[in-house]
Amino acid sequence: MTPHFLDLGDLGFERGAHLLVQRALGELRPGTELAVTGRDPALLVHLDAWCRKQGHQVRRAGDTDDDVRAWVTRGRTDLDRWARAERAGGPDPGGIVAKPELHWGLAARGALVEPGGPKINADLVDRDFVWADIAPSLYAHAAAAQWDPAKAVHWDAEFSVPAEIEQAVVQVMTFLVENEQAALVIPARLLARVHPHFREVLQLLAVQAADEARHVEVFTRRALLTGGEMGTSSVSGRESLTTLLTEPDFSLASFLLSVLGEGSFLNLLTFLDRHAPDPVTRQVVKLARQDEARHVAFGVAHLQHQSTVDSSLRGRLRNAVEHRHQALIASSGLNQDVFDALVVLAAGEWTPQGIERGYAAVQELQAEMDEGRQHRLVRLGFPHDEAAELSALHTRNFM
Amino acid sequence: MTLVMGAVAYDPKVVTIWGGFRAWLIEHGLPFDFVLYSHYERQVEDLVAGRIDAAWNSPLAWIRARRLAEAADRRLTPLVMRDTDRDLTSVIVVRSDSPYKDVADLKGETVAVGAVDSPQATLIPSSFLAGRGLRPGAEVAIRRFDVGVGLHGDHIGGERDAARALMAGEVAAACMIDANHLLFGREGTLAAGSTRVLAQTAPFDHCNMSVGDTVPEEVMRRFGDLLLSMSYADPQVRPLFDLEGLTVWQPGRTSGYAALETAVDESGFYDGQGAVTAAGYAP
Repeated sequence: MTPHFLDLGDLGFERGAHLLVQRALGELRPGTELAVTGRDPALLVHLDAWCRKQGHQVRRAGDTDDDVRAWVTRGRTDLDRWARAERAGGPDPGGIVAKPELHWGLAARGALVEPGGPKINADLVDRDFVWADIAPSLYAHAAAAQWDPAKAVHWDAEFSVPAEIEQAVVQVMTFLVENEQAALVIPARLLARVHPHFREVLQLLAVQAADEARHVEVFTRRALLTGGEMGTSSVSGRESLTTLLTEPDFSLASFLLSVLGEGSFLNLLTFLDRHAPDPVTRQVVKLARQDEARHVAFGVAHLQHQSTVDSSLRGRLRNAVEHRHQALIASSGLNQDVFDALVVLAAGEWTPQGIERGYAAVQELQAEMDEGRQHRLVRLGFPHDEAAELSALHTRNFM
Repeated sequence: MTLVMGAVAYDPKVVTIWGGFRAWLIEHGLPFDFVLYSHYERQVEDLVAGRIDAAWNSPLAWIRARRLAEAADRRLTPLVMRDTDRDLTSVIVVRSDSPYKDVADLKGETVAVGAVDSPQATLIPSSFLAGRGLRPGAEVAIRRFDVGVGLHGDHIGGERDAARALMAGEVAAACMIDANHLLFGREGTLAAGSTRVLAQTAPFDHCNMSVGDTVPEEVMRRFGDLLLSMSYADPQVRPLFDLEGLTVWQPGRTSGYAALETAVDESGFYDGQGAVTAAGYAP
């Protein structure tokens, strides 16, 4: 009696017998024989056909082979398929490699990858250019902090806002939607360029895009809550945002959008929280601010990491700010309607005293934005004077 | 010289397969190119006329090419074949619940076959039936499913239609290659267990790489050696092997074509000099 024997019972190849044969052969060395028996009438026909395709040899049993219908000699095709396979790094962040292979493509990190196959169309493939150690924890935090626009905001809260103040709210919301749409498109575009090996970065960018999608929703909904029309969109605002969309460099795009743009937005959202004339406005800006703070944290952490491995980084960041400033030099900056709406919101009333107070509050907001930008630039290693100089070159459109 | 091979474009994947082999062969120092044909007959005629150096031939194409070449005093070499071209069988299948216990029981019944030029689903099974005393058109009626005529059965459609006719109760039996009986069972064209293999032919061989005598001995040897050296472990080769359905190239042999030679003669598909004599065959 052979030590390698497989009884398939009534099971045929039309119902999965190949799994048992495959498993039994898998335990044998190439060249070893497996005795196969079974009661399916088509067993021999199908065993022949299946083995031929898999690279195994079959010979039919002789009269003296009691209880055996065929002998299968194990081939080596399955072994050859995986002979040069490699692990795509390791599943944990510690298993991330400096430069993942393009043919790993969409394989899970840590998977055993069959060699060959198409190369993924990703151009952000260097760990130092896309990775930040904080990404996994930021993603976990972001995933846990997702909120449902339908439930997180009390849309039916009762309030009464004077028509001209409401108009200011609508204008600011219109401005926010425009900016959030830029902030949605940029991470979504970058995401598609990052090698999936850097899974946590993709996840974080995906959640960032999802965050912005919710912001677009809640700001739009607040703008239309009282039944009016959306506000205005100026050429200068869209010009400013377009310069963000055209920045191809991952680090520079992250810098301009997250560190400078969304960083300034943190101040703006705080300002709106403080001066919101109604509870719904206050809620939506509060929710958005939580998310934006995370985006800024990732941007800063990523660039801090990169500046430790790339001494030319700060020079490039500086160039990016100057280049964008040059591109926008002929642009008039912030939509005048938006500026005026912010003043009116902070004023809360149409009196000389109120407007004076509101105007001062917006000036203070701009000073706070400048201070915040300088602070983050210093964290990236810029000297104080250079940080002040670069902050002053930031777009007047805030984002 | 650039060795120019003919291949029949029975499926778009043929371009991927031979484009991939072409790149591999050139990388390994053999100038190689291929041309595509819409059917085997023109490919065979061009091979024997010396317009191409080699042809990836169906077994039926090999038989015609050999006959044409011998008639013209030319010599063809079956250089290599796939491991999966060796020792195939065809089966005659009936419904499990049918009364047929033996091939002889099909007397007076209708049997479904594939395309007129399919070695595995028409020519060899018809000859097999005749050998059991059931001459097509006499003791049994034949219902042919002419899908992809000229492709020598490379197109699976005729066999699948024959299997469907069996399931629909339109015919008593259907003929197909063993691997397709398994495939149809697994994909559900034939519900698992709903059919029975009534008979199985003796093993026969399928395609080969037929090389003409226009090719210098040294080039032919190099071509053969390179193909035989291709390994399934090579990531460049493996996807091409998977598409072409082989795990290794093996030396060509002619010992597995006797049954088809007989079938061709019995059906009058080609004459002894390789002329097409099959009635109504117009690829």
